[in-house]
Amino acid sequence: MSDEPTSPIPADPASLDPASDPILVAEGIMRRFGGLTAVNVEHFEVQRNKITALIGPNGAGKTTFFNLLTGFDTPDSGTSRFNGKLMSETSAHKVAQMGMVRTFQLTKALSRLTVMENMRLGAANQRGERFWIGPFKFLWRDEETAITEKADELLERFKLDHMRDTFAGSLSGGQRKLLEMARALMTDPELIMLDEPMAGVNPALKQSLLGHVKELKNEGRTVLFVEHDMDMVHEISDRVVVMAQGEIIAEGTAMEISGNQDVIDAYLGAHHDLDIGEMTDALMEEGEEAP
Amino acid sequence: MNWELIFWNALYTAINAAAAGYCIVAAGLNVHVGYTGLLNFGQAGFAAVGAYAFSIPIVEYGWSWYWALPLMLACSVALALLLGLPTLRLRADYLAIVTIAVAEIIRLFLNSTRFTWLTGGTDGRNGWTTFFEDLNPIDNTARFNMGAQSIDGYRLFMAIVGWSLVVLISVFIWALMRSPWGRVLKSIREDEDAARALGKNVLAFKMQSLVLGGVIGSIGGLWLSAQKQSAQTGEFATTLTFFAFLIIVLGGLGRVKGPIVGTMIFFFVIQFVDNLLQQATRNEKIPEWIVDTSNFGVVKNIVAGLALALLVVFRPQGIFGDKREQVFDVR
Repeated sequence: MSDEPTSPIPADPASLDPASDPILVAEGIMRRFGGLTAVNVEHFEVQRNKITALIGPNGAGKTTFFNLLTGFDTPDSGTSRFNGKLMSETSAHKVAQMGMVRTFQLTKALSRLTVMENMRLGAANQRGERFWIGPFKFLWRDEETAITEKADELLERFKLDHMRDTFAGSLSGGQRKLLEMARALMTDPELIMLDEPMAGVNPALKQSLLGHVKELKNEGRTVLFVEHDMDMVHEISDRVVVMAQGEIIAEGTAMEISGNQDVIDAYLGAHHDLDIGEMTDALMEEGEEAP
Repeated sequence: MNWELIFWNALYTAINAAAAGYCIVAAGLNVHVGYTGLLNFGQAGFAAVGAYAFSIPIVEYGWSWYWALPLMLACSVALALLLGLPTLRLRADYLAIVTIAVAEIIRLFLNSTRFTWLTGGTDGRNGWTTFFEDLNPIDNTARFNMGAQSIDGYRLFMAIVGWSLVVLISVFIWALMRSPWGRVLKSIREDEDAARALGKNVLAFKMQSLVLGGVIGSIGGLWLSAQKQSAQTGEFATTLTFFAFLIIVLGGLGRVKGPIVGTMIFFFVIQFVDNLLQQATRNEKIPEWIVDTSNFGVVKNIVAGLALALLVVFRPQGIFGDKREQVFDVR
């Protein structure tokens, strides 16, 4: 799957991969909050069956950009296409139904539903979710059994099977991250978008999360994730996109990116080799944007 | 002190036809608040529509009940759509504001002198319950004894049918809420963005919930008026909504049994305290500087309110709630 035939002209001049088969393409996405331009992305694409990392300092507009792509927010201008279908005005639930599912930076475990119910909810196109079918259990019993089976498999894979019947609210932060990812997989997404999957996760769990993300690629899915953890970015991403102040400032493999001076300046701060005290002073002068 | 009378009075209030009406109104509200997390503060509006959209065509235009009933249901659905379309996209608080305002608009409209020709104004609408009386296999005027209480055949009939309706509606709600449909509603209550991110059309589900709960509320309102053989606007003031809220909080939000248990406890306690104070003040068991015969009615509400406040503090999940759910700080 990874060896696509080479096309003569890359769709994006910034793209360093000539074998371009984008699943998601965004053009000229602009979002302003009052006077602040939160996102201003000329061109952005996610290659099919690749793991793409979106990195950048706090306030770079990564999450806002995520929201714009997934229909949780509407851009002031610009278009995005998923599998060639125009979807800039598409509402969030339709984006998900099309096969582009996201998780959240602040996990949204449905506290007063059990872990199993959380998982079952994820399954797409359930007959039993129709009002007039709901009251009649015999009409959705078989479907529910199939969904439960699939959910059990996923829970086992994510090592949450022992928590199956507890309320999701009693899970730890890391377990919630796992649950959210597993729940997103219940929808069978083509493109899964993870917003800071490693935030607040301990190193041991991090390793298994990394494994899960790699597995997604092996299953033929595409992954786009926002992350601050450079270890994860280095280890699993095929391509890294760097955002700063709402714009994309660099693209390439993790190795290329880590040598890019713009990125180092934006990410670590232009004064990163200075003493920590001087560095914070410098940051204060620059002024911080709201995340 | 006649303890027997106090007890039977309280028991009667807890299980009479009016209690069944309140229970149905509360069951509808439970669909909104308990299951979906929609803060509807205008359930009284749905109840008023139930009573008036049914009684007006019968009294004013001579319709038979089997035409009036679909009209009533249609009006209730229309009200839910009217409330939901502009507000369900917004945050929960906006629905609360709009619903409480619309419920008051409906009540004031029904009460206004300008539309007396249609609504009966302050007299309300009377004489539309004859078909209930004809339906009743029990003699409408016969008296039946229930301990120290005595009721007539009509009210006995309305109580029996009313509680049967409660059971039917509860079974229906139970069947819906255990289904994947109910699961989506609960997920919206927990976090609607999460539901949206999983491809659920949150707006459509909220609307279905609003319509379902509203229609149930209208049936409850119809029952409240039918059992007293008169549709009165006073019945549909904001207190009805707040009583319904108290009932579902008492019984446990998002529980099928919640409204039933909540109704019975609520009316038993409030009537018990009322009768107790009434007799105590009359027989001068309580010093006058605390309560006298002229103000025990107010003290009743204070005592009932205090009892409910204590319950919410010490058992916030309600009588039937799951204690474990309270552990999680939701929102």
